[in-house]
Amino acid sequence: MDFGYSIQKDNQIDYDKSHREIAEYIRKEESSFNICMSCGSCTAICSAGIFTDFNPRKLYLLISRGDIRSIRKEIDHCMLCGKCQLACPRGINTRNIILQIRTSIKQNKDHVF
Amino acid sequence: MYFDIFVIPFSAGFIFLFVFLIYTFSRWIHKLTPENKEKLKKSFFSKRFFVSVKEIFSECLLHRKIFKVNPLLGYMHMSLAFGWLLLIIGGNLETRLYSQNPINPPYYPIFFKFFDPVPGDFLFSGFFEFLMDLLLLFILSGVFLAYIKRFRSSMLGMKKTTKLKPFDKLALASLWVIFPFRLLAESFTSGAFHHGGFMTGSLGLFFASFLPVAKLYYPAWWAYSFALCGFFFALPFSRYMHIPTEALLIFMRNAGITQSKEENSFAEVEINACSRCGVCIDTCQFASAADISNVQTVYFIRDVRHHSLKAETANNCLMCGRCDQICPVGIDAKILRQSERTKFDYTGTNSLNYISVKNISKADVIYFAGCMTHLTPTIKISMEKILKASNEKYLFMDKDGSICCGRPTMLAGQMDAANQLIQKNKEIIQLSEAKVLVTSCPICYKVFTEEYKLDIEVLHHSQYLLQLLNNGKIEVERKEFKAIFHDPCELGRGMNIYNEPRVLINKITTLEHSNFDKENAMCCGGSIGNSVISDEKRNSITKNTLSKILTDQEQTLITACPLCKKTFGKYHHKTEDISQVIASALKKITVTR
Repeated sequence: MDFGYSIQKDNQIDYDKSHREIAEYIRKEESSFNICMSCGSCTAICSAGIFTDFNPRKLYLLISRGDIRSIRKEIDHCMLCGKCQLACPRGINTRNIILQIRTSIKQNKDHVF
Repeated sequence: MYFDIFVIPFSAGFIFLFVFLIYTFSRWIHKLTPENKEKLKKSFFSKRFFVSVKEIFSECLLHRKIFKVNPLLGYMHMSLAFGWLLLIIGGNLETRLYSQNPINPPYYPIFFKFFDPVPGDFLFSGFFEFLMDLLLLFILSGVFLAYIKRFRSSMLGMKKTTKLKPFDKLALASLWVIFPFRLLAESFTSGAFHHGGFMTGSLGLFFASFLPVAKLYYPAWWAYSFALCGFFFALPFSRYMHIPTEALLIFMRNAGITQSKEENSFAEVEINACSRCGVCIDTCQFASAADISNVQTVYFIRDVRHHSLKAETANNCLMCGRCDQICPVGIDAKILRQSERTKFDYTGTNSLNYISVKNISKADVIYFAGCMTHLTPTIKISMEKILKASNEKYLFMDKDGSICCGRPTMLAGQMDAANQLIQKNKEIIQLSEAKVLVTSCPICYKVFTEEYKLDIEVLHHSQYLLQLLNNGKIEVERKEFKAIFHDPCELGRGMNIYNEPRVLINKITTLEHSNFDKENAMCCGGSIGNSVISDEKRNSITKNTLSKILTDQEQTLITACPLCKKTFGKYHHKTEDISQVIASALKKITVTR
């Protein structure tokens, strides 16, 4: 019987298993990544988010945590339209973060994605 | 036969340059696509040839466009280019008349004074003696201004002058000394033989009074020959390559060759035709408002030419097109930049095919608000209000959000992703069977017009609203208020639409004059063409632009771009889109919402 509840996957960060290469790369290339407060404004207005489960806020969180298994698939949904950049209350250069994530994936292409 | 061993450096340089140019030009022409080659060939046998020749005369020699930027700077370029050409022509005529021999070695006119210090009387000899001195003086005045420009560029109306590469320095140093050396060599010779024109003759007598000119003139000719040699050898690898290349560029451009997506050598010619005059540095708002002065077009082109372009330089540009507007060579840097950006492309598997194209209803007019308009909802509300009032059968293509038009992706150099978006949008537009596509965003408007190849009319909403008014579909009433219009980069310089918005606004209120309008409009700083610049720098550009375009804080700033509206709105709350102005002045509303 389904009561509408489920057990969430454990979200602990295991530093032995996390891949922080991408996060470090982005921090270096686009320092405004550091000031994200995960408010979710970007996700609220995201055009790609209307049609897919593309979620910039989640993406940034996953990258910061080093959980990069799903980002390769996710990142390809972004259209670089720049709405998130205008919505961001912190003035984060979101378009460059997406481009840097892509560059970083390209550089680490032997990686587990 | 006149010969002396010192002519060898000059002759070697001259032959090298000649061979190099023939090789490079033929390589460029060879690399053109067959149809472009045909165009170029045809242009030589039509009146376009004369158009090109006229343009070469006014731009490569007289430097008309640089005169417009600053008269002194124009004079400097003209005296060097036109003066030198006249000196060459004058020298050749003089020596041919003197020697009665149509074939002379190329060095003969250059070193004429050495070979024949006292040529005696021949046809027009006095005239030529005077003319050659006058021309040398003319060039020397330009050289003198060049010295000043290098150290005090502000005196020639330039805030910043370009930084140089080693070969540029060699060429520049040679250019700086060529004509002073010629002056010294001719003066010493004149002094030694007591003969010469008004300048070299008098200077020669002056030098002879305290210098052993008879011993000095020979080394001076050597120095002159070496200076020429240095310049000729450095030229192909320095910015002075623009001198011959600009002429070729003018021929190609007038033949109708444009830079296309497939590789052609036109871009290479454009890159080599950049004289690095640095006019684009001062016009760039990065330099004046954001303290960024290493990414301007001149540096971008330099890096492309020397294969040292970094992604950051390529991407750090608002693509506003102000530099294209002022460029004396007429280089289209926006297209160059866009195509260079594709080389840093991330080639992933872009999966942008997620929008469904089912249930597209039929309409006469299809309205595409655009991503940016969704962030400035007043624009889409106003547009809907007007569309309803006009009783047009319209379809709001992206009412519940839609995929992007593709231009931002394209500007980031990701052509593959952009093409996916274009295909999808095209499908929707075609299914609607609309006859007119209207968009509120100049960014979308540009890509719809240039890349979609639609067989229906594409209009920016300022054009469409004017059509509605002219056709009597909507009526507006006058509401006098202080207003100023800001030309969005993509609409104005990007698509050459300056008139429609102005006519439209003048139907409601009288526009006030702005010093920064039409081609000279400034960028709001919001551009999606730049993925590098930080938010703070963007903000300082926005504030700077506002301080320049607004003459009165009470003015309503009217624009025709949602991105401009959003960006200016941060610092000037009276910022409105043109559709808002029309919607608020609508007279009859036949259908209420």
